[in-house]
Amino acid sequence: MTRSKARKPGEPEGRGRGVPVTSAGRLQRLLALVPYVVTRKVVGLAETAAAFGVSERELVDDLNLLWCVELRAPDPYCPIDLSYEGGEIVVSQAESMGRPLRLAVDEASALLVALRMLAELPGLEDRSAMSRLIAKLEAAAGEAAAASSQLAVQVDLRSGDGAEGGEGADRLAVQIRAAIAARRRVHLRHYVQRRDEATERDVDPMRLLVVEGRPYLEGWCLRAEAMRLFRLDRMLALTVLDQPSSPPPEATERDVDQGLFRPSPDDVHVELELSADGRWVAEYYPCESVCDLPDGRLRVVLRTPDTGWVRRLALRLGEDGRVISPPSLVAEVREAATAALANYVPLPCRITGTSGPSFQVRRTTKYLVRHLRVDSGRKDVSGGKEERR
Amino acid sequence: MSKRKTERLLGLVVCLLSTRRYLTADQIRHAVPGYPEQDELFKRMFERDKEDLRELGVPLEIGLNHPFDEDQGYRIRQQAYELPELRLEADEAAVLGLAARVWQRAALEGAVAGALLKLRAAGMEDGDEHLVPQGIEPRLGTPEPAFGPLWEAVRDRRPVTFSYRAAGRSEPQRRELEPWGVANRHGRWYVAGHDRGRDATRVFRLSRIAGPVKFAGPSGSVTVPDGADVRELVRDWDSAPREHTAVLRVRSGAGVGLRQHAVSVGTDETGPPGWDLVTTRFADVGSFADYAAWFGQDVVVLDPPDLREAVIARLKGVLA
Repeated sequence: MTRSKARKPGEPEGRGRGVPVTSAGRLQRLLALVPYVVTRKVVGLAETAAAFGVSERELVDDLNLLWCVELRAPDPYCPIDLSYEGGEIVVSQAESMGRPLRLAVDEASALLVALRMLAELPGLEDRSAMSRLIAKLEAAAGEAAAASSQLAVQVDLRSGDGAEGGEGADRLAVQIRAAIAARRRVHLRHYVQRRDEATERDVDPMRLLVVEGRPYLEGWCLRAEAMRLFRLDRMLALTVLDQPSSPPPEATERDVDQGLFRPSPDDVHVELELSADGRWVAEYYPCESVCDLPDGRLRVVLRTPDTGWVRRLALRLGEDGRVISPPSLVAEVREAATAALANYVPLPCRITGTSGPSFQVRRTTKYLVRHLRVDSGRKDVSGGKEERR
Repeated sequence: MSKRKTERLLGLVVCLLSTRRYLTADQIRHAVPGYPEQDELFKRMFERDKEDLRELGVPLEIGLNHPFDEDQGYRIRQQAYELPELRLEADEAAVLGLAARVWQRAALEGAVAGALLKLRAAGMEDGDEHLVPQGIEPRLGTPEPAFGPLWEAVRDRRPVTFSYRAAGRSEPQRRELEPWGVANRHGRWYVAGHDRGRDATRVFRLSRIAGPVKFAGPSGSVTVPDGADVRELVRDWDSAPREHTAVLRVRSGAGVGLRQHAVSVGTDETGPPGWDLVTTRFADVGSFADYAAWFGQDVVVLDPPDLREAVIARLKGVLA
């Protein structure tokens, strides 16, 4: 990311500072360059250029600029003296610039927040280096560290599907990291929520990812013969096998910075129309396009290799979401809703031996009446769901 | 990028670092090459330079050498400027390398790069790859454009305004907030603080902020109350206690996720064959009805009645 345009005063910065290209950014580099050389006494041009992420030519420009700094009063003098003959930089006079500038609030916060997040991750057996580093950085940053407490990150192991659980994720993470370290294959019983299915598979584990606030195992799935991600909170059981892990050469870890889910050419395009209550769909699922409609409604296009979960999503959304295309999916959704409604009429037999079944008798007439008139008064039953989710 | 400006700023820093006395603007203008002759131009340029230095975190001090001096002066105290001594062990440097990757391609990526530059300048050598905890790759994303300005507002204690589209609202509403902190939960960013319009504590999800976030007051004008825990506020907002019980009929072999967290799973002796009776806890009718409807014809809600109705309403909504 580059930011070549200086920002206007009072205008908030959209994103963090990128590669320093402004005068102030270059100044930042120059202020670090002097102490970098001073603490190392003699250091190679090439090595220094690499450390600062610039070309040797840019570095030489920087060094010349430092060497040329001149102050005129009371008497003219050059505060910095250096040479870079034979590819080796030596700073013989650095005046008061021999130490780097202390950490800025953003800098201290970014590192501390990242470290505190790491320290909370499941499955890290040795946290001592982390705690020592946090303490050292806090001490060095001084006041600049204070704001970092207002930037919090919580990696959550609770499953997000409305149920409790996930206490086992920490234990799972330890097992997985041990399996990775020992290069052993694991056997997984894994819940695929999109299909409501428990699957059994052998996986050659490659790494533990923590992305979008959730831990995942990434590995080569022998059943799918492909790289797969498995959410830890959806693992029903995990066994470390005696077999060695041997992912094939084509097993390569994905670039997580490109997003977790990758569209494929075989994907089906699904067009959905969402009410204001259904807008969350656009936040949760990667959409190819999102288009605003009147009254806060949205039209979105998702792409997916498997439309089964979209059918379930449509049931969940009810009147807050409507599949527009493909037509086959529109029909599937209607069939699924009809089949599900049929479960409610006629009423299930009266159950005994469980808590409070008597309500069913009370409501029998009401249900039958409702099912004769599908369009009967649909009152707001969603209660307190707004503002949550 | 202007080389002249860089030279001038560098000269300014060196000049102010090497003085113990406060230097007036006029003295600075004579000592540092590159400032214009004309007073008005100089004044403006000097103001901008000071602002640039402050943004870089250079601690510029303002003061008088004598109580009777007319013009205030400037200096940079060496001790306030310098990064204190910081020695990292090899394993600590390795962990730092892992932490530095957390913000990759996210809002504070540049800040991380700046910090690493300074730590290397202080003598830190890059961590040994072998000491980096293996097989783990943590990331924080900030796709929400509101993150940058809100973090700045929190950091500088400034109030903000933005338009916010609350869940289920068709039109965004303008909110004025004294932000106390920004927190990430389940991979999503939230800001919590005092909502001036509502005169109450509120939590907002960044992805629902529509359009730009604007500052609504000067730096330092927000007071974060003692004991305000943003993480806790966001957690409370996001998760209600599961105080209700649902009785469901679940088709054998289906509803695996439901069974995983159920209070009890039993065979439904009086019901039709091929179904189990599942009892589970839930927080609110709306969300749990969503969840139950997801399973379609494999799950039937028996109790409580309002949950049952809510599921029926969703299914009918599909057909409407």
